[in-house]
Amino acid sequence: MEPTMAQYQAISKHLPKVCQEPHLPRGHLQPQQHRLLVARLHMASLAKEMYRMAQAPLFRCKGPPTSLASASGSFPNSGLYGSYPQGQAPPLSQAQGHPGIQTSQRSAPSQASGFTPPASGGPRLPSMTGPLLPGQSFGGPSVSQPNHVSSPPPQTLPPGTQMTGPLGPLPPMHSPQQPGYQPQQNGSFGPARGPQPNYGSPYPAAPTFGSQSGPQPLPPKRLDPDAIPSPIQVIEDDRNNRGTEPFVTGVRGQVPPLVTTNFLVKDQGNASPRYIRCTSYNIPCTSDMAKQAQVPLAAVIKPLASLPPEEASPYVVDHGESGPLRCNRCKAYMCPFMQFIEGGRRFQCCFCSCINDVPPQYFQHLDHTGKRVDAYDRPELSLGSYEFLATVDYCKNNKFPSPPAFIFMIDVSYNAIRTGLVRLLCEELKSLLDFLPREGGAEESAIRVGFVTYNKVLHFYNVKSSLAQPQMMVVSDVADMFVPLLDGFLVNINESRAVITSLLDQIPEMFADTRETETVFVPVIQAGMEALKAAECAGKLFLFHTSLPIAEAPGKLKNRDDRKLINTDKEKTLFQPQTGAYQTLAKECVAQGCCVDLFLFPNQYVDVATLSVVPQLTGGSVYKYACFQVENDQERFLSDLRRDVQKVVGFDAVMRVRTSTGIRAVDFFGAFYMSNTTDVELAGLDGDKTVTVEFKHDDRLNEESGALLQCALLYTSCAGQRRLRIHNLALNCCTQLADLYRNCETDTLINYMAKFAYRGVLNSPVKAVRDTLITQCAQILACYRKNCASPSSAGQLILPECMKLLPVYLNCVLKSDVLQPGAEITTDDRAYVRQLVTSMDVAETNVFFYPRLLPLTKSPIESTTEPPAVRASEERLSNGDMYLLENGLNLFLWVGASVQQGVVQSLFSVSSFSQITSGLSVLPVLDNPLSKKVRGLIDSLRAQRSRYMKLIVVKQEDKLEMLFKHFLVEDKSLSGGASYVDFLCHMHKEIRQLLS
Amino acid sequence: MATYLEFIQQNEERDGVRFSWNVWPSSRLEATRMVVPLACLLTPLKERPDLPPVQYEPVLCSRPTCKAVLNPLCQVDYRAKLWACNFCFQRNQFPPAYGGISEVNQPAELMPQFSTIEYMIQRGAQSPLIFLYVVDTCLEEDDLQALKESLQMSLSLLPPDALVGLITFGRMVQVHELSCEGISKSYVFRGTKDLTAKQIQDMLGLTKPAMPMQQARPVQPQEHPFASTRFLQPVHKIDMNLTDLLGELQRDPWPVTQGKRPLRSTGVALSIAVGLLEGTFPNTGARIMLFTGGPPTQGPGMVVGDELKIPIRSWHDIEKDNARFMKKATKHYEMLANRTAANGHCIDIYACALDQTGLLEMKCCANLTGGYMVMGDSFNTSLFKQTFQRIFTKDFNGDFRMAFGATLDIKTSRELKIAGAIGPCVSLNVKGPCVSENELGVGGTSQWKICGLDPTSTLGIYFEVVNQHNAPIPQGGRGAIQFVTHYQHSSTQRRIRVTTIARNWADVQSQLRHIEAAFDQEAAAVLMARLGVFRAESEEGPDVLRWLDRQLIRLCQKFGQYNKEDPTSFRLSDSFSLYPQFMFHLRRSPFLQVFNNSPDESSYYRHHFARQDLTQSLIMIQPILYSYSFHGPPETIAQWRKAGYQDMPEYENFKHLLQAPLDDAQEILQARFPMPRYINTEHGGSQARFLLSKVNPSQTHNNLYAWGQETGAPILTDDVSLQVFMDHLKKLAVSSAC
Repeated sequence: MEPTMAQYQAISKHLPKVCQEPHLPRGHLQPQQHRLLVARLHMASLAKEMYRMAQAPLFRCKGPPTSLASASGSFPNSGLYGSYPQGQAPPLSQAQGHPGIQTSQRSAPSQASGFTPPASGGPRLPSMTGPLLPGQSFGGPSVSQPNHVSSPPPQTLPPGTQMTGPLGPLPPMHSPQQPGYQPQQNGSFGPARGPQPNYGSPYPAAPTFGSQSGPQPLPPKRLDPDAIPSPIQVIEDDRNNRGTEPFVTGVRGQVPPLVTTNFLVKDQGNASPRYIRCTSYNIPCTSDMAKQAQVPLAAVIKPLASLPPEEASPYVVDHGESGPLRCNRCKAYMCPFMQFIEGGRRFQCCFCSCINDVPPQYFQHLDHTGKRVDAYDRPELSLGSYEFLATVDYCKNNKFPSPPAFIFMIDVSYNAIRTGLVRLLCEELKSLLDFLPREGGAEESAIRVGFVTYNKVLHFYNVKSSLAQPQMMVVSDVADMFVPLLDGFLVNINESRAVITSLLDQIPEMFADTRETETVFVPVIQAGMEALKAAECAGKLFLFHTSLPIAEAPGKLKNRDDRKLINTDKEKTLFQPQTGAYQTLAKECVAQGCCVDLFLFPNQYVDVATLSVVPQLTGGSVYKYACFQVENDQERFLSDLRRDVQKVVGFDAVMRVRTSTGIRAVDFFGAFYMSNTTDVELAGLDGDKTVTVEFKHDDRLNEESGALLQCALLYTSCAGQRRLRIHNLALNCCTQLADLYRNCETDTLINYMAKFAYRGVLNSPVKAVRDTLITQCAQILACYRKNCASPSSAGQLILPECMKLLPVYLNCVLKSDVLQPGAEITTDDRAYVRQLVTSMDVAETNVFFYPRLLPLTKSPIESTTEPPAVRASEERLSNGDMYLLENGLNLFLWVGASVQQGVVQSLFSVSSFSQITSGLSVLPVLDNPLSKKVRGLIDSLRAQRSRYMKLIVVKQEDKLEMLFKHFLVEDKSLSGGASYVDFLCHMHKEIRQLLS
Repeated sequence: MATYLEFIQQNEERDGVRFSWNVWPSSRLEATRMVVPLACLLTPLKERPDLPPVQYEPVLCSRPTCKAVLNPLCQVDYRAKLWACNFCFQRNQFPPAYGGISEVNQPAELMPQFSTIEYMIQRGAQSPLIFLYVVDTCLEEDDLQALKESLQMSLSLLPPDALVGLITFGRMVQVHELSCEGISKSYVFRGTKDLTAKQIQDMLGLTKPAMPMQQARPVQPQEHPFASTRFLQPVHKIDMNLTDLLGELQRDPWPVTQGKRPLRSTGVALSIAVGLLEGTFPNTGARIMLFTGGPPTQGPGMVVGDELKIPIRSWHDIEKDNARFMKKATKHYEMLANRTAANGHCIDIYACALDQTGLLEMKCCANLTGGYMVMGDSFNTSLFKQTFQRIFTKDFNGDFRMAFGATLDIKTSRELKIAGAIGPCVSLNVKGPCVSENELGVGGTSQWKICGLDPTSTLGIYFEVVNQHNAPIPQGGRGAIQFVTHYQHSSTQRRIRVTTIARNWADVQSQLRHIEAAFDQEAAAVLMARLGVFRAESEEGPDVLRWLDRQLIRLCQKFGQYNKEDPTSFRLSDSFSLYPQFMFHLRRSPFLQVFNNSPDESSYYRHHFARQDLTQSLIMIQPILYSYSFHGPPETIAQWRKAGYQDMPEYENFKHLLQAPLDDAQEILQARFPMPRYINTEHGGSQARFLLSKVNPSQTHNNLYAWGQETGAPILTDDVSLQVFMDHLKKLAVSSAC
């Protein structure tokens, strides 16, 4: 009997046992048995003020926004979804770049201090480390307590409650100037805070609790960070509790382990959580209940997810000419939930209850339980996920598809040549083409390849195997694009190898002297699409593009970047495409099964919002390498390219989600196109792409039969085989709200909410989107408080166990670059991130919004496992340690100023901290355990992510540190995002308002 | 001067001129009563091995409206160093270089034997000749192969410094860049889209690109300043490259489904060729050589759709106004032809296909620019191969027999005005005092542009006598005409050929005999035929025939000797005697008759008729039938040949007999351009119809039995025989009703 969820408590005492074990009889629980998070908050008006502070701009000293942007020139090749150098100013030339603005205001030369809030820098008040607040004592150490510990009811709040009383004017001591309220500042880390991150440390402060709480004469104004729910703790607990045994999918409505937990899956009738994760595994029977709870009902589906080698990929079922067996009415596919009746002659559809005849060739007798005796021989009767071979009826034009094609379309304008991109790419393609995706055991890939280069005209290449030399065909009529050749454009790589090699050798030479700076974009995609159309196949375009397409052609763009629009009603236009031409083109691409992957290499604004429309709607990916330079970025680019070219991908796909009567898929999020309300059309779909589906009630659900989902994906495999992939998932239904709250998954919830919000910014002001999120979150929690938690004082914040991380994660979403941009974030970066998040899976959004921060020297050097993470807050950093921080896109190595010299030496091969190059992106390869371990750790982190994370070494107190701090998401952010603590207070206030 | 015949021949040989009348009626009224207009056939570049060009420039009359060239007819005052223009009577000072001039020291242009003289101009940059091949790739494999070989072969025939370019077309149009090493590069255009010259030049990158801010590297000094060198390269530099390129040329790869014609973008291909040269080499000698194996089936200039079940337009369709693409296509090609002519380039059309290829619509391209039109069944025939080779033949000096960008400027004495010209030329619209208001052919101008011409290119030039009846010309007065032809010689020099001729005026009342005797009936027939063919292009066939008949009857009435209403009394003098016969054959010729000919064939025949010299034209009007015989009936010879007697040694003389016409035919074939269609047939052979359609149908199924005994087969035609024609003509001529 393992606990499913670690216990957590904020205030004191033992908490009631967790009641999530699926085998526990439902409905037997007392309200107080619910796991409660009771946070005692000293807040009221204080919280309000703090929140307001958080919203206020912090850097009045910084001058106009433009100068802020120029400051980002200090990190030209940071590899973040980065900033552009403005002008040619060297890194330290901020003052020189804007002499009129800057020099008079700034006396200190230090760049770093420029980003520090004005009030910071002072020493942390001793009082902070003094008498512990009530919560503090229970900070880190709540070692996973057994779930079934019966414990007293939730704490009546200790005397802190009184603080909730006065809502009146602020006491003077709460003013922002009071150092006690300062957020953590530079130089404040260190031993003073004690060893919170160490989960192994003893439980130090319990005895002090009682004596500390009540009589505190001056209320501790600050909520102790250790007292509030810790993502690290939750993740760690789940790993410990659920990472050891396989997750068996046979039982309906089971909540799977967290995405951060390593576990194996055994498919026993429901789709693996790698394919589908739900916001809740127990959904309300009625829409009234659902509306009351406000918990979005959504599934995050990754139909072609790749599996660990230990898990078998879905079996392929061939039903011959008759094709897959389906319900006559709702067209659902045969699945384990279908009920065979009348001795097996008929089956009743589990989705629509229609009774269908079993075709003679499919007939099988039933056993005494009513199960077909061949159930375990047939994947479609026993597994959650499987594939059918599609018949010709499932193919376009009633014709089996040809194998797909890859077309490489390379910008050869001046910028692309100058940065060395073209040469690098051509060199890489020569070997990379040998690794095109292939089906199963096929000896060679069926995929044909073609090549196009372009600037403001397009160059097609004939690489027919019979030619001695490739032939170039220039099409300058970009207004009316067409494909100039048929034969010889798309070729088998092995047959045409010599010609292709010759071509790739010559491309960099041919354009070496180019002076053409203008590019086109829409005609390029059009050309690729037309080529696929002419070849009558689906396929993928790999576009390597450098600049805003300003040449005279369809889809011509102008620079419309305008930071002044931020925080106005017009901000949404920054996320919208400039012209409709891109959507029109995307529709045509989808119709042809033409997926577009876009690699961008901008050194200024390229309008990602517009350029990414086609990749977005065709199921493609966008990669962005700002200020690309071969020496700095080649590894990242090549790694991404290799992965992107090699990854298994399905083409010309249609996905449909069918549900039991009672709920219905109503909304979809992701990289795809929809021409009607039910079919998700994907020109291409790879193993990284996720579609989030939201469900709504249209009728009552039944507790008995639960709710079923069936996701059917019809696609063409990379060998040109037409297939159907089916994922089935059964959920429980409840009549008690408590059941809903007990079976939620916050990570999935956040995935949904982030996507919802990121789509919202296209149509609504960002502020409104943020408010909507906050309101919804407050309603969810208030509903819980009202309906599920035991009566307690309003001053208590009570969070459902499954959702106790909702505030911290939501805060991360709220202060993300899209919803609350900092000065250093470009419009392109925001658009880029916005579209990336759209198709992220739960694991990706989890780490993206709440980065992992790993201390490097705390764990024993011989330990091979990843060190336990610490919370993403500056006060968790020790200046004697080094940390890795990653969020799936970025990777930092933060070096504390007091790191031992030996450590510096063994990692960087320099003798002192000051000699470490700031911004370093590669660690020297050194033969010592520490170096090996850190490099190994970096490699393993990179291996976990779908995109290569470029390393940036950040030194404490260095100017680059600002970049790093941006990711310390529990802290107040420079762009005005609230700290975790402040946000929690705010959330509490919102809830209380709803409750009152 | 012995006879007029000799005079005419001598003049033709020296000046390349044949006049319909060699003594001119001295008043407008009388001239119009002569029926046949005062006109001449001019062969501007007639080969004159005996005439080396002089190495200086002509002396021009200083009157701005005249600018006639000093010539032997001018009066010269050697002492005052003055000369009087014989056209405008302006007195001109000789230039300083002529300081040493005297009666005994005359420059060539004053000597009577130099009535035709050629000047070589040293000024101005010489630009190389340009040959732009425009090649259809929608051909059968062996046709394409043959064409490729011909083209490859032609590279060795081109002047080594000539620039050569290649455009291929099918469904798309490809302009090949010839300068690059390694990758062969071409610009591709959609075959369906009409592009302006500017667009074409932009798309080919011929307009100067804006320099980017950063200068990548200093601009390499280039041999040619033209951006176009990418597409047009000196043949000696890239002949290997181009030979390979032609060798790799594939048939148009786009699939052609059953029942469809290949999509052929001839219109766009030509448009691009024209646009390319227009932008890069205006006003220099250039040939666009179009090789096509079928009709344009898409885009601007399409002549027929790609549905095979709908055949290409016939004369029947055209009469019924059923040729839906014809007008639009013709307009497209006319626009191209005019642009080409304006730039001084010419377009050749080499059309080889069994069916029509749209020559009707495209003819203006060759007609207006002086290009060649060659029609054959296949590129894999000696007809095409040898014709194509013959384009690059050289003259006695080793120069190519082609000239470019010529301007023909005509000056006349006051009593004459210029009515127009018919031939491979376009008007330059130069009005002047010697331009008549009555147009014959292309008129309203005293200058024409002839973009491509060779030593046999011949124009018909028509004049009008404007002298009034009441202003008699003094006895012995002479009228003069000067032809000044500026052109680019194939050696790329600019040259000017000046021909000045004079003829006596005669009063019709008193000197009709003289005028009659000086009638050149051959020239007259050809000149009238040109007028007839010119009219036939715009008028209904029967109208033209009626007009010709009326002219003939009027001529007979004017110059015949007869008693009224007595056909048997009708006689024509020697100088007129053959003329009716020429007209008989002209009426039946494919130049005027469209029956049995496709519109393309008509266009083809008319094209050639309008540019050949007199001899060729006459043969074309009235074919020559040579007879070879043992004085036996011809069908016997065919039987003998079938029996193989020629292969037996004892019948060697029979073998020689059979060989004789073959040898003669070869001789004729070698002498003509384009190479004629050569048909070897025999009595009763299927190909004999070609012969029978040409001969006088003295015996047809209609009169076979009426004429009784005569041996020989009847010719199945409704045409009348020459005999019937003549009888009828006599009857009409003597009739007073007319």
